[in-house]
Amino acid sequence: MRASTQVMAAGIILEPIESATASATAGRVREVAAQEFSSIVQTHRPQIFRFLLASTRDVDLAETLTQECFLKAHRNWDRFRGESSAMTWLMRIAINLQKDHWRNRRLQFWRHTQNNAVDAGEASEWLPSGERSVEQQMMAREQVQQVWKAVEGLSARQKTVFLLRYVEDMELKEVAQVTGLNEGTVKAHLSRALAKVRAELRGTR
Amino acid sequence: MRVQIGSPDEKHNQAADAVLDEALKNFQSSVHAWSEAEFGKPRTVSAVHYTSWRVVTGWALGCVLAAGSVTGGLYERHHRQEVARIAVAAEAARQQKLADEQRALKENEDLLAQVDSDVSRQVPSAMEPLAQLMDVDEAQ
Repeated sequence: MRASTQVMAAGIILEPIESATASATAGRVREVAAQEFSSIVQTHRPQIFRFLLASTRDVDLAETLTQECFLKAHRNWDRFRGESSAMTWLMRIAINLQKDHWRNRRLQFWRHTQNNAVDAGEASEWLPSGERSVEQQMMAREQVQQVWKAVEGLSARQKTVFLLRYVEDMELKEVAQVTGLNEGTVKAHLSRALAKVRAELRGTR
Repeated sequence: MRVQIGSPDEKHNQAADAVLDEALKNFQSSVHAWSEAEFGKPRTVSAVHYTSWRVVTGWALGCVLAAGSVTGGLYERHHRQEVARIAVAAEAARQQKLADEQRALKENEDLLAQVDSDVSRQVPSAMEPLAQLMDVDEAQ
């Protein structure tokens, strides 16, 4: 009788200590997850923004979609199993958001939607400041403009594949993972996209 | 068709590929430079407003409900006015009927009174032979 009373008393005393420990552990786990996510944002935000900027050629829209991408990623962070790299996961979210955006925009045909996308000429103004002659810079600018024109004529999927491969320098396997296509399809899209770029560069398009 | 090594076609293809490679490299550098320049700029971002079919349907349903309420209200008002008008007309008809009945009753009463009066006035003369007969009997 006395022994059981002691055990019960010990249980009553231990219970709050255990729950306090559990809550402290949960808090620590949350803190670690937040830090981890923060570091993911720091690392990958420029790349996601760059891809969305190249896809939309609209700085404000790219910024908005980037924010939405990380907001969505944050909401689903606990579901990220690490089966693919964080970059692949984030890029997949970005591509889906972009698709949703264009789909919604098509439905908004009756509404005046603001379009801040810059044209190919304006987009090609950006060149890294290297040691190039004026002539070389002009040629480079012309080439960039031609590539932008070719990109304008690509289908949404061809464009995504092309940008992931030639702007983000992704391997075919990574592109396939991000887009959810198989490697053969990625190669086919890429080949068609390159044919269009080549034709634009030759001036035969 | 296979291009022979060292042939003009092969040289042309190589030159074209070199141009393509250079163009792709320039394109990549350009996008990177643009992105880096824009990424550092402070910017106010406005939320993207998506209009989904659900919202559109909600608005349409709301409009239909509002229009229905207004139409229903107007119909109800008109219906009540009509009912009130009919009730007033019925009341007026009832009053009129009552007045007519009262007037007819009064006319009947007047007529009966007049008949009574006429009869009562005529009775003495009508009773004259009987009175005379009674006088004759008394004399005998």
